[in-house]
Amino acid sequence: MGKLYSGAEIVFKCLEDQKVEYIFGYPGGAVLPIYDELKNHSSIKHILVRHEQGAGHAAEGYARSSCKPGVVLVTSGPGVTNVVTALTDAYMDSVPLVCISGQVPTHLIGTDAFQECDTTGITRPCTKHNWLVKDPKDLSKIIHEAFKVATTGRPGPVLVDIPKDIQFAKAKYFPPKKEKKLNGKLLTKFSQKDIDQLIDLMSKAKKPVFYTGGGVINSGPKASQLLRQLVNLTGFPITSTLQGLGAFPGDDNQFIGMLGMHGTYEANNAMHDCDLLINIGARFDDRITGKIDEFSPRSKKVHIDIDPSSINKIIKVDLSIVGDVAEVISSTIKSLKKKNLNLEKSNKQKISKWWEQIQKWRTKKSLDFINSDKLIKPQHAVQRLYELTKNKDTYITTEVGQHQMWAAQHYKFDKPNRWMTSGGLGTMGYGLPAAVGVQVAHPNKLVVDIAGEASVLMTMQEMSTAVQYSLPIKIFILNNEYMGMVRQWQELLHEKNYSESYTAALPDFVKLAEAYGCVGIRAKTPDELDDKIIEMINTDRPVIFDCMVDKEENCFPMIPSGKPHNQMLLGPKDQKENKITGKGKTLV
Amino acid sequence: MVKAKSAYSTPGKQGKFDTHIIVVWVDNETGVLARVVGLFSSRGYSIESLAVAEIDPKLNISRITIVTTGTPQVIEQIKLQLKKLVPVHKVADFKREDKNVIFKEMALLKVVGNNSKRKKAIKACKKYNVVILDKTNKSVVIQITALRREIDKVTKNLKPLGLVSTSRTGAVAMTRGAKVFK
Repeated sequence: MGKLYSGAEIVFKCLEDQKVEYIFGYPGGAVLPIYDELKNHSSIKHILVRHEQGAGHAAEGYARSSCKPGVVLVTSGPGVTNVVTALTDAYMDSVPLVCISGQVPTHLIGTDAFQECDTTGITRPCTKHNWLVKDPKDLSKIIHEAFKVATTGRPGPVLVDIPKDIQFAKAKYFPPKKEKKLNGKLLTKFSQKDIDQLIDLMSKAKKPVFYTGGGVINSGPKASQLLRQLVNLTGFPITSTLQGLGAFPGDDNQFIGMLGMHGTYEANNAMHDCDLLINIGARFDDRITGKIDEFSPRSKKVHIDIDPSSINKIIKVDLSIVGDVAEVISSTIKSLKKKNLNLEKSNKQKISKWWEQIQKWRTKKSLDFINSDKLIKPQHAVQRLYELTKNKDTYITTEVGQHQMWAAQHYKFDKPNRWMTSGGLGTMGYGLPAAVGVQVAHPNKLVVDIAGEASVLMTMQEMSTAVQYSLPIKIFILNNEYMGMVRQWQELLHEKNYSESYTAALPDFVKLAEAYGCVGIRAKTPDELDDKIIEMINTDRPVIFDCMVDKEENCFPMIPSGKPHNQMLLGPKDQKENKITGKGKTLV
Repeated sequence: MVKAKSAYSTPGKQGKFDTHIIVVWVDNETGVLARVVGLFSSRGYSIESLAVAEIDPKLNISRITIVTTGTPQVIEQIKLQLKKLVPVHKVADFKREDKNVIFKEMALLKVVGNNSKRKKAIKACKKYNVVILDKTNKSVVIQITALRREIDKVTKNLKPLGLVSTSRTGAVAMTRGAKVFK
């Protein structure tokens, strides 16, 4: 007769065996037994948020900056429905999250009880898998299975719904099965033949380009190191999606910038004109491809991905390699060295012409903007922030909108897991709680949330969490008093009908910071910007930085809807020549 | 009139639509059918018919048979997305024209009318393994087993002969020969 534990105790034993250190949560009636048990497990620290969505995003920030799964604990009913946005965000961006939710007692399920909702029904489409625990004997097995599903293959969120009576009921505890050290990676599915084909294509290419994405980051820091080796070995240009930034150093010459709707001129043209496109861990998202039937029309395409359903989903490829990015790159490097194909030397002739073309495109300086000495331009603000923080191993989170694009364009990352942003779902209000999660994972590092004033108001209440746990996050608000991205589209597509895109009745952010118990700093002119940023960095408390920027600045370059990669808008002067018409208007 | 302002991308050329029968072996756990069907509905795939039952009570495995139509690219996506689901063990895909697979569907037909109409109705289904399950002096309940298209035709022909109610199971499939799909 093994020792019997209550469901709540079993939950904690599972978390301890899974080496969980932090849970982000909010209590409620249906999870009281678990909260009651918390005091007996000092190795697990609970971070109390102020809204369950904040718990979800904080766990996401924690997971993405530390490569460990984030754990969320919420109550039934409204607790679960509040965390659905964060679960969907994690699902779209492949972030490993384990959400434990309370549920009404089993005999009350289906009776419209107090704070009851169909948790598994509501979260079914937005999680990799979810479980409703009906028998306390299954509880430990299910929680260990949940961690396994969340972290293997393509990572994603999972949810375990535990009714209150199960949390009280007693059962035996089963520790996790000792699996072979797979490190959460799938058994390799690709063959040496695939690698040989890839190398053959690489050796014949005259205009190759690497297109990397979030898959490289998800695979772990080793994948980024291997990617650098491969890029240096081949001498090919490399571009990255929004989620892939940091895998390859952003200030390296071989990096031609982010690509896509707001990517650089050289990156988008390279994608369009290349003859070999090697996709490593990206998914051909519509923000990247633009007009699908004119996407990279003359290239052979290779797709390396851990998720077979991602391959040939939108763009048909010529060679697909299913497997973990780190393993595929490592195999490729080994084979390249074995064949003694020093591509960098042998291809230098063919590729040097391609590099000349890329240099020509670079002279367009597509990320340039008209600076001002009276108004702070948002791009200038991000550049100054970068210059003053680049030597501090800074972690950056963002909200969603123009500031997010400017942050991606002007802040250069040279290490993975330093850039946390909501890409797939584009959740406004992501950055502030994510910064809380990142700071929890890295207590001695500088964490900055580059935010817009409209986004940051959505989850502002999490500043209390930052103050409670002394997390000195810096909220760097690019305050232009508009929902910038919406306003930009309305200007370009809807004849400047600025419908509901003005953030009226804005609070005074400095006074708001003080009300929360943090420090408020405001910068109004370019002259005071640097000093204020330095003041912000040196403040060892949470800071809200209200950076008042030019209200009408637009984010360029932009591939307008319905246009292919080589027809971008490069700035206000270009607009007159490239009006968006008819079909193009229907794209989001 | 202003054109509609929000679609995700202008659709490319459409391929040819094929009818496929997708067979999924799943763990018979709570909500697994909702999960599979939810996948079809959330991604906009069609379900023309659905048949599901537990086939192995010891291992708790159910077999779901779904008839769907789509371009080859869509069918490939359906299969890959199904394989991603945690409770799914294997996914088989058969085309309607495949000669190595047997497809069958069962239907119960209730015909109401006078003697001669009922006799005509039974004659019309003669080819399809007719079994008379119920007989009164005003009605008859007929069971037939046939291919989906054949049942479609029969129900159309029986309408003028007094068909008042139809209950169909949806297609099920089994490969010919001794081999089992892995």
